[in-house]
Amino acid sequence: MKILVAVKRVVDYNVKVRPKSDGTDVDIANVKMSINPFCEIAVEEAVRLKEKGVATEIIAISMGPKQAQEQVRTALALGADRGILVESDEDLQPLAIAKMLKAIVEKESPDLVILGKQAIDGDNNQTGQMLGALTSMPQGTFASEVNVADGRVSVTREIDGGLQTVNLSLPAIVTTDLRLNEPRYASLPNIMKAKRKPMDTFTPEDLGVDATPRVKTLSVEPPAERKAGIKVADVAELVDKLKNEAKVI
Amino acid sequence: MSLDFDSARLSNPHLTAEHEEWRSQIRRFIEREVMPFAAEWDEAGKVPDELWPKAAEIGILGLGYPEAYGGITEGIDAWYINIMTEELSRVGVGGIFASLLIHGIGLPPVLNFASEAIKQEVAPPVLDGRKRISLGITEPSGGSDVASLLTTAKHEGDYYIVNGSKTFISGGMYANWVSTAVRTGGEGPAGISMLLIPMDLEGVSRTALDRKQGWWCSDTATIYFDNVKVPIGNLIGKEGQGFKVIMNNFNSERMSMVVQMEAYSRVCLEEAVNWAQQRKTFGKRLADHQVIRHKIAEMKQRINACQAMIQHCTREIIAGSVNAGDLAMLKVQCSQTMEFCAREASQILGGASYLRDNRVERIYREVRVQAIGGGSEEIMRDLASRQYGL
Ligand SMILES: Cc1cc2nc3c(=O)[nH]c(=O)nc-3n(C[C@H](O)[C@H](O)[C@H](O)COP(=O)(O)OP(=O)(O)OC[C@H]3O[C@@H](n4cnc5c(N)ncnc54)[C@H](O)[C@@H]3O)c2cc1C
Repeated sequence: MKILVAVKRVVDYNVKVRPKSDGTDVDIANVKMSINPFCEIAVEEAVRLKEKGVATEIIAISMGPKQAQEQVRTALALGADRGILVESDEDLQPLAIAKMLKAIVEKESPDLVILGKQAIDGDNNQTGQMLGALTSMPQGTFASEVNVADGRVSVTREIDGGLQTVNLSLPAIVTTDLRLNEPRYASLPNIMKAKRKPMDTFTPEDLGVDATPRVKTLSVEPPAERKAGIKVADVAELVDKLKNEAKVI
Repeated sequence: MSLDFDSARLSNPHLTAEHEEWRSQIRRFIEREVMPFAAEWDEAGKVPDELWPKAAEIGILGLGYPEAYGGITEGIDAWYINIMTEELSRVGVGGIFASLLIHGIGLPPVLNFASEAIKQEVAPPVLDGRKRISLGITEPSGGSDVASLLTTAKHEGDYYIVNGSKTFISGGMYANWVSTAVRTGGEGPAGISMLLIPMDLEGVSRTALDRKQGWWCSDTATIYFDNVKVPIGNLIGKEGQGFKVIMNNFNSERMSMVVQMEAYSRVCLEEAVNWAQQRKTFGKRLADHQVIRHKIAEMKQRINACQAMIQHCTREIIAGSVNAGDLAMLKVQCSQTMEFCAREASQILGGASYLRDNRVERIYREVRVQAIGGGSEEIMRDLASRQYGL
């Protein structure tokens, strides 16, 4: 069984980002970049499936600037077998990404495509679903458990109010939620071995995809600063303030 | 531009994507496995035993040691070691480094100079985190004047009979072995040998030096040897070569210490800048008062100098040999920078820096051990003067 895992290059979750002074975007100059945490979970799930003997090959793919090959290398160090980079300096948006993934799916015919449910930069939560629509593959989104057996995958989904299990025929798409697994660390020897694993590079044009952005960001500003709280003397005062000042009850 | 731990690091053309990947992975490891518990461990005075095998798994313990004994050398250069040292220091708890990586001074004498049988016995379990090894040079009578040490080892048949004591031995309470400097011959450096002493031998006893200014979570021991029978096969190097073995070890110990000290200084800078940009006094941010701005600029100035020199010495090490005098001077420069930055960051944080459980307060307590251990500032200057042929 072949698995395709998508990994996105995003600002590291520990970095406190700031808007650019002209308000056009978030300032990512000289900022530490990492694999999107949900994508890391996707890689981990693929590697576990391989360790269980379910999967035989894992392909890690990233789309983005040249430097996104670092994130592909990380996936290779974590256990993927080979990498694909689709290089583009465009602001790549979910639909374009889904179209490029579709092109790769047609090339590689994976049995399973695992993606993060969303990336922590744009928080779009769209790519997996769009890929499902474009390829007509069944999808199990927000996965907290994944089991592959007899040519099918059963995916436990985290939905409002509980868990839902769907049973999908392969090939299928899975997007990962936070509780699916706890990703491992790439050990130093594996980082070194990853250097020798193959990586193919394409451009959106190679894949016949027009990656021009469809959505324009108008402005980016920091969230309002949180005001200092106050201490109330008793419950009566609290209720009074909730009623008359905050007007929430 | 901001001045956080990463952006305050000078560029380094020698770092590759793999170096950066190693930094990312080790940082993730530390963020999850170490950072959240570090202050707690420090207060409790112990790093949990589970950390050793975890650190072995990701490659921290074996880094730079021969693969035949479970280490990692393929494709490794000194920058990988610096990165690991820097990231572990970012936690701001010196005792973690001093306990988890104490084999960094205990094991090299064994690997460089002991017999194959001893290497096979000792190195694999140390590098996979099951066993520990420390280095025993300092004695109650003194640490700077190594050539005058008093612990004796008398050759009798197949054994050395060891008598004397060692003190300030980091990791000494839990060590399975101590690479120990002993006197096998007459006075002076030519009478010194190194001996691997297993801590479970009859006649070995140890007491903890457990009320220290810093390095709280690192165990420090005084070790007593009372007619301890050590097999002659445990000799590290040849008889009378001990001084050479010890001096050989000091360069890598000092290199590690300078990287730690620079990183601690940078942590102080990061904390000071964060605070100075938030805290308001007299109607403006601390960072807008000229006195504070100049403190921060001076911290960065001194840190820059340390970094540039660390890069220089690392390049020399990679090329084959480092000038021991230059490295000694770098150690002084780094301990003075750390002292300065810990002081200025404390001043900028004000009263908050005096409360426990922040990195500046902890680093402030770690200054002296760095300025005294591994060769004190005074001894470093003396050594450098001699190296420079004054
Ligand atoms: C927490 C901690 C952990 C340690 N861990 C280890 C360890 O694992 N293994 C180990 O072997 N040792 C260890 N040490 C010991 C350390 O290496 C010694 O403390 C150090 O070498 C200084 O020796 P001393 O304390 O005996 O001071 P002394 O040698 O007595 O010197 C006292 C002072 O006089 C100065 N001085 C000495 N001679 C001269 C001179 N000729 N000219 C000018 N000034 C001079 C010194 O700089 C020092 O400031 C540790 C120390 C500490 C504090």
